Amino acid sequence: MKQSFAPVLTVVGLLLVVWYAAAIWLNADWTYDKAKRSGEIVTTTSLIKDTWAQDKPKLPAPHQVAAEIWRTTVEKKITSKRSLIYHSWITLSATLLGFGLGTVLGTLLAVGIVYNRTMDMSVMPWVIASQTIPILAIAPMIIVVLNAVGISGLLPKAMIGMYLSFFPIVVGMVKGLRSPDQMQLDQMRTWHASASQTFWRLRLPASMPYLFTSLKIAMAASLVGAIIGELPTGAVAGLGARLLAGSYYGQTIQIWSALLMAAALAAVLVGIIGMVQRITLKRMGMAQ
Amino acid sequence: MTLPPVISAKNLSLTFETNDGPVHALKDVSLDIEKGDFVSFIGPSGCGKTTFLRCMADLEQPTGGSITVNCVSAADARMARAYGYVFQAAGLYPWRTIGGNIRLPLEIMGYSKADQAARVARVLELVELSGFEKKFPWQLSGGMQQRASIARALAFDADILLMDEPFGALDEIVRDHLNEQLLRLWARTEKTIAFVTHSIPEAVYLSTKIVVMSPRPGRITDVIESSLPKERPLEIRETPEFLEIAHRVREGLRAGHGDD
Repeated sequence: MKQSFAPVLTVVGLLLVVWYAAAIWLNADWTYDKAKRSGEIVTTTSLIKDTWAQDKPKLPAPHQVAAEIWRTTVEKKITSKRSLIYHSWITLSATLLGFGLGTVLGTLLAVGIVYNRTMDMSVMPWVIASQTIPILAIAPMIIVVLNAVGISGLLPKAMIGMYLSFFPIVVGMVKGLRSPDQMQLDQMRTWHASASQTFWRLRLPASMPYLFTSLKIAMAASLVGAIIGELPTGAVAGLGARLLAGSYYGQTIQIWSALLMAAALAAVLVGIIGMVQRITLKRMGMAQ
Repeated sequence: MTLPPVISAKNLSLTFETNDGPVHALKDVSLDIEKGDFVSFIGPSGCGKTTFLRCMADLEQPTGGSITVNCVSAADARMARAYGYVFQAAGLYPWRTIGGNIRLPLEIMGYSKADQAARVARVLELVELSGFEKKFPWQLSGGMQQRASIARALAFDADILLMDEPFGALDEIVRDHLNEQLLRLWARTEKTIAFVTHSIPEAVYLSTKIVVMSPRPGRITDVIESSLPKERPLEIRETPEFLEIAHRVREGLRAGHGDD
């Protein structure tokens, strides 16, 4: 942990430098435009000052995004429609529900695939095919169809999260549940263990390291799904809605702050899974 | 009065169908193992010694002949949990402690919690691993892991112990030590042991009966009743008697091997 601190800071610092430089480069046109109209002369200092402080820049400077995040999180009430915390919560709840559903569905499918030859042959190709469909194309359909049967709000978004997150779970769990070798299975046979005993005592614990890797990918995928689910509805709330509204009105600062918030959310969620992983595997004597 | 043999194979054959044609892993193998015997199976790889052991354990289905274990079919014997099986690798679950690993078959067989604890303590003492109950497998050396796996096979009430090259992956010194321990354990528990190996000294040192096998097709070429006393210090391996039996085993292996 301590050793990774300096490298991480270095990378962050580098990114900031590139970001600030890019802001000058991308926003300069507008500054020159303005100056031309008012007849002002653009110096290096005024160029930098202006490109880092525009209202609707092509690329907002980091401190502008930081200020926007501060304004919309700390200084706004959580219940306010302009609070980023409020919108994050909307997205988070859909993400978590989608992740939960995806994990359950993925695990069930994996168990079926491992235990049933017919499912092994028939389900896996469909599972893979399901992920080749662009989610952006199918998301509006899911929303519209579910709306038509009277389901709206949280669930449709969670469904899209589930659609994206069950895949890594299936793939990881199939591999994990199959990880016990022939000798370990023979051993169970010599004890005349039942199928469920073999599952709970051998296959499932053996799959744990695979499961956690899958969970991390699934969580990130579910967040993407929830955000995409918020786009086509003309949704009024959620990080996806903030992104959409921001792009309608050219509010780049708002877009970037929503993006950063989504990234932070993903980092925290994946971090939590990593923590649970460390604790679980340590308890199981499998810590790296 | 003579007891019926614990394991009895009659004209046992097993043929694997492969892409290169049938492989006769076992052909017309007949053998009786009496109660309390320590029988070693020795032979070059491909001679069917492990396959024979797996037939006794109902892990492999013979294609001809018959085999009974405790006077019933191998399948019924397995379901009655008549034997403990020790594999080449210790095969301990990394996520269970040593105690937890030994408890595993007991949990599966439905022993009570108190009985489980008592049995774990007893077999750990038997393989001289007391005090290691709470350790995880990776904290133990290879020899200790294999001892734990033997303890696991001893934990439940099976009179038969089937061992498939359990010390094959261990070095000479550890192996000597474990062989000594195994003999003591055998004397204390009075189990019937079938032991697969490809070490001649190991086979001669341990066994009351040595079964020499040869490949293509897998068959028994010689059965040697050991004349060594039951009490066997390691030094017995330098006695003329020991060397004579070892010589006969070697002759048997050479004869079975033919020209190749």
